[in-house]
Amino acid sequence: MENLIEIKNLHATIDGKEILKGINLTVKPGEVHAIMGPNGSGKSTLSNVLVGHPAYTVTEGEVIYKGKNLLELSAEDRSHEGVFLSFQYPVEIAGVSMTNFMRAAINAKREYLGQEPMSAGDFLKLMREKRALVNLDSKLANRSVNEGFSGGEKKRNEIFQMAMLEPTLSILDETDSGLDIDALRIVAEGVNKLKGPETSTLVITHYQRLLDYIKPDIVHVLYNGRIVKTAGPELALELEERGYDWIKNETL
Amino acid sequence: MNNEQQYIDIFEQHRELIEKPCATLLNEERRKAYSRFKEQGFPALNDEEYRHSDVSKQFAADYGMNLGRVENLTAPYESFTCDVPNLKAHQEFIINDSYLKGIDHKTALPQGVMVGSLNEIAKSNPQLIEPYYNSLAQDGDSIAQFNTTFVQDGIVIYVPKGVIVEDTIQFVTIQSTNIDIMSNRRILVILEERASLNMLVCDHTLSNHKTLSTQITEVFVGDGASMNLYDLEETSESNTRIAQLFVRQQGNSRFNHSNITLTNGFTYNRTQLSMQGEGAESDISGLVINDKHQHTDNRTLVEHKVPRCNSNELYKYILDEESVGVFAGKMLIQPDAQHTNSQQTNRNLCLTKCARMYAQPQLEIYADDVKCSHGSTVGQLDENALFYMQQRGIPIDEARHLLMFAFAGEVIDKIAIEGIRNRLHMLVEKRFRGELSRCNGCSLCHEREQKKTN
Repeated sequence: MENLIEIKNLHATIDGKEILKGINLTVKPGEVHAIMGPNGSGKSTLSNVLVGHPAYTVTEGEVIYKGKNLLELSAEDRSHEGVFLSFQYPVEIAGVSMTNFMRAAINAKREYLGQEPMSAGDFLKLMREKRALVNLDSKLANRSVNEGFSGGEKKRNEIFQMAMLEPTLSILDETDSGLDIDALRIVAEGVNKLKGPETSTLVITHYQRLLDYIKPDIVHVLYNGRIVKTAGPELALELEERGYDWIKNETL
Repeated sequence: MNNEQQYIDIFEQHRELIEKPCATLLNEERRKAYSRFKEQGFPALNDEEYRHSDVSKQFAADYGMNLGRVENLTAPYESFTCDVPNLKAHQEFIINDSYLKGIDHKTALPQGVMVGSLNEIAKSNPQLIEPYYNSLAQDGDSIAQFNTTFVQDGIVIYVPKGVIVEDTIQFVTIQSTNIDIMSNRRILVILEERASLNMLVCDHTLSNHKTLSTQITEVFVGDGASMNLYDLEETSESNTRIAQLFVRQQGNSRFNHSNITLTNGFTYNRTQLSMQGEGAESDISGLVINDKHQHTDNRTLVEHKVPRCNSNELYKYILDEESVGVFAGKMLIQPDAQHTNSQQTNRNLCLTKCARMYAQPQLEIYADDVKCSHGSTVGQLDENALFYMQQRGIPIDEARHLLMFAFAGEVIDKIAIEGIRNRLHMLVEKRFRGELSRCNGCSLCHEREQKKTN
């Protein structure tokens, strides 16, 4: 089967400092990949580079997504093409209601795809449906984006947005951080419900915990800007038990 | 320098012409004001109140003045019905500096309410106006004296004791001219005990000639009375607006003011609020949206003279391109004003490196048992929020508009009248999309105008 995304020898810097030092990673449609690794190894940099964060500069390598050169697309066009990032720290946007925010996002995507804007009725119906998926309170949906949301509510709101936008490639950047067990389960169940044979997920996490709920097909270890180990789901369990030091030692 | 001399000469030469059509009361105040103006001249740049706004220079041009009270040849209001959808309004017009007579009002105002030409009412009911006219502005600066020296007409609104005016009084000023012209206007609002009034003042230009207006508004809010005053400036780049608002509040009265600068050239607004009766409450706010070389200076003075009054103040600026914003807000808490509760907030967005904001919040407290706070910030649009929106597919320009709209919304949402609030939300959105600068006139009714011509 054709690859959904192919990352080749990706190097990236922030403020002149090289963080990614040659990432190679291929994800096929329907696969779930977990990316684990110690703090500062470049996990969040990788997700930010893939969605086109302006603070990062790609210095070498390429990313082919659905046959297109992903790095040449603007951040918004990457979104329209189906790349979604669940932020580690979702941003609060005072004064912009969730409804207006989501409507702008949905209609921008529809415009990109050459479709008419969604009718108000259909839009509200869609909001209701998707909200139920992650038990997001209707009150939250009427408030400003993430403003005054608890840590758990913010993460649920990320998955709600993911459900609304129906991405092909979802990147979950430490979606488990700041979640209690119940919230973790709700978020993970939401992600699982959204999974289809054509959609793929990159799960970035420190812990095995989330992977109990979102089962990965392949687990990678990112260390010092490179993927240093790739194996099946059993690798995550091994890391949970042994930590990262043995891998660091192997790489030296 | 010496821009005042030409006006001193004009006054000396045309004194009779100026005074002839005017009520005695206007002329008596005029004489006092003239001697003060002659002594003080225009404010210099080393005057603290004017150091970011060279107001004197604005008067240097050779403006025409309609001292002989030539009737307006065209009454633009006929093609310019400033209707706000879903707003029941009683409309009054001033074309340049002349009160427009003979407007067909669709609805009658409550018994005893008086709305009309300042000069006419000062002649017909001098005893009503006399205690109020110029009583606050006489202590104003030399610009106030200048206005009183040259003013020949304006509008009076009088609401007697206990009367609630349901309809919004919409007062539209239009600069319509085919020469460079100066207009000196006056607004006098008197609310007796427990009276209630909503007022919308729209300032427009229908000309690309240089226009300058001075406008003094004096507002008297009686015991337990309540007033909402909304000022909206939609003029052009060749316009200079110098407006001063003086408010005196009696006990348990309520005064809300929003001053919105949507499009303009050079604007200097002064708001001076004096709380003189216990239990008075005020909420004053302002929104400035500037770009190109537009310049807006807002100065406020909120004076608490007596105990147990609340005041709240919020001014926000969005400055794009090479525009300049100035905000100087002073809260003055006099020794008797114990248990004062007073807040001031000023937030500013500079969208470019060339936009400049001067912010000067000031607190002067002479009482010891008060709760006062002020805060001022200057910043840019939140980069993290912009990226978050882009990641969700919202194009960067749209994301910027959403953030700017949200920023401005806080001021607009203070407007208590739904029709005006909704209209302003729409106008601000259009303004951000650059659609207002194409409109040479009143965009409150612009859509309607377009429909007519189509």
